[in-house]
Amino acid sequence: MPYIEDYISIVGQSVIDDLRLIAEKLKGKKILHINSTAVGGGVAEILNRMNPLLRELNVDTRWDVIRGGEKFFNVTKKFHNLLHGKQDELTDEDIDIFLSTGKENQLNMDTSSDIVYVHDPQPITLVEKRNGNKWLWRCHVDVSNPNQKLWSFLKQYIERYDAAVFSAPSFSQTLSIRQYLISPSIDPLSDKNKDLSSEEISKVLEHYQVPVDKPLITQISRFDRLKDPLGVIEVYKLVKRYVDCRLILAGGGASDDPEGAQVLAEVNQAAKEDKDIHVLLMPQNDIHINALQRASTVIIQKSIKEGFGLTVSEALWKAKPVVASNVGGIPLQITHRYSGLLCRSIEGAAFAVKQLLNSPNYAKQLGKNGKEHVRNNFLITRHIRDYILAFLSLYNKEHIVNL
Amino acid sequence: MKKTKKTVKPFVFYTRLHLSQMTGLRAANISQLMELIKQVSGSCIYHHTHRFLQIHQYLSPEPPNDFAYWVNYVLGEDELGERLASIDTVQFSSIRSLREKIIQTIENYIENNPLAKLRFSRKDEEFHFIESISFIIPTKYSVTTLRDFSRTLKKVTIDSIYFHIFESRLRLEKQNNDFSAWIDDAFGNKILADSIARLDPYTHTLEDLRKKLINIVDNAIKK
Repeated sequence: MPYIEDYISIVGQSVIDDLRLIAEKLKGKKILHINSTAVGGGVAEILNRMNPLLRELNVDTRWDVIRGGEKFFNVTKKFHNLLHGKQDELTDEDIDIFLSTGKENQLNMDTSSDIVYVHDPQPITLVEKRNGNKWLWRCHVDVSNPNQKLWSFLKQYIERYDAAVFSAPSFSQTLSIRQYLISPSIDPLSDKNKDLSSEEISKVLEHYQVPVDKPLITQISRFDRLKDPLGVIEVYKLVKRYVDCRLILAGGGASDDPEGAQVLAEVNQAAKEDKDIHVLLMPQNDIHINALQRASTVIIQKSIKEGFGLTVSEALWKAKPVVASNVGGIPLQITHRYSGLLCRSIEGAAFAVKQLLNSPNYAKQLGKNGKEHVRNNFLITRHIRDYILAFLSLYNKEHIVNL
Repeated sequence: MKKTKKTVKPFVFYTRLHLSQMTGLRAANISQLMELIKQVSGSCIYHHTHRFLQIHQYLSPEPPNDFAYWVNYVLGEDELGERLASIDTVQFSSIRSLREKIIQTIENYIENNPLAKLRFSRKDEEFHFIESISFIIPTKYSVTTLRDFSRTLKKVTIDSIYFHIFESRLRLEKQNNDFSAWIDDAFGNKILADSIARLDPYTHTLEDLRKKLINIVDNAIKK
């Protein structure tokens, strides 16, 4: 794991100095993060990287994970889809299962820290245990158009927190508590984002039997309907009419996502007649993801809904040209025609990919701008800063705070 | 090396970090935008007139306020976008007066172009009102000479430069930027103080601004 000093070469000494300055103001406060999975998915990834750095800055931070059975995670997957606006019915049984697991976790977890930071809806009911301490709820999901019945149910818990945190302005809701805008981040020194040699990259391509004879279009994502892998295959087919290329669809599963296998089967079915489509179900292997991104000519993120879409920042950090849907937090990461290309349809995405494949200088400039934008706004050091400020804000209600 | 004058009034560099707080308020057309601009907090006006400076801090200067960008690129009202973008923020010494100017600019435009009220944004492109919470913290840097001042300008974060040039003057309503005020007060060097005050910081990226400041101070030391 890198040390905080290791980031100086990337963001500069003064940024790290500022982190130390504000971290000092949290002296004596214990902070507990709670989420629903220790591995897989962006939340676990960020917490894994961030907590050691926070501790190095002398912020007393701990992380705990709630427990739940298959039924519970099936319900929370349904919640996830409903919050993204998918049509489905929320039943009384779903609510019972959710509340019953919530009660069990309330009994088994110690939430006596000064600040309890709860991530996503799965552990949301823990706030019933609040006892004079500060509680912050972090929503990593795109809730710009949530199922109203579910939102009303969750809202009664959300408003018991001191504040809520969302990833994009369009996710903000009418709430009686404060709402902060904090984008997630990537770690430039993690296995997923650190520099790799061309030998390392070639080795990974050989491992997955991906030849380097044609331009590579890549989408790295879980096999999830909201990431629209079938739509990406359609984009590829439209591009392939004019530019001979390969498509890589690569991703893993998360322990709280039971729907993934079904989506993967559909993707395999759609791809089976084309040898230039490489569908890679990968175990958690960040170096491999990194190598695939670095080997790509164009990276695509054609999500239908997106909590934030950190794979976009990962690609931009590698100075890759990116075509991505104009949803969730993606427009924060890409300014259209400046640091990437935004799209709203399969046809639009295909047009953008063709444009980039046919204009390598333009593609290079977009990638270069994108990298600087990520350096300024989406690295873990900015994220740590925002979290510390959010913790401090729980003790300061003013708009101008003299520390 | 030429010795520089020492003052008994040290300049303490502060830094300013900000957290964005969402209001849940959103506008889909120009009339809603104007009504909400009238109602929201000063922190909100400040956020939307200064956010661009920080987000694109190393790159080319972007339209200096979110209102101009949204009106231009989402509603397609490029003339109003241009008028809002060219509001000379440096001429305003309070958020209150800046807000009035923005409202007046939109009102005048609507009066002359009533059809503008009929343009709506897509649902996913509404204007979301956000407030800026500022955390102001003293840094370890304190200087008593212009030479040390120049050296320290190279070391501090751009957040620190941002605070002393933009926030302190406009949001804390100090009338002048902190650097000019100190140079005038501590050294009586009105020429140097004025040349910093005359900079239009809104047309520079923050890194360019840092370079420019160092250059102006270094040249003054040589004289």
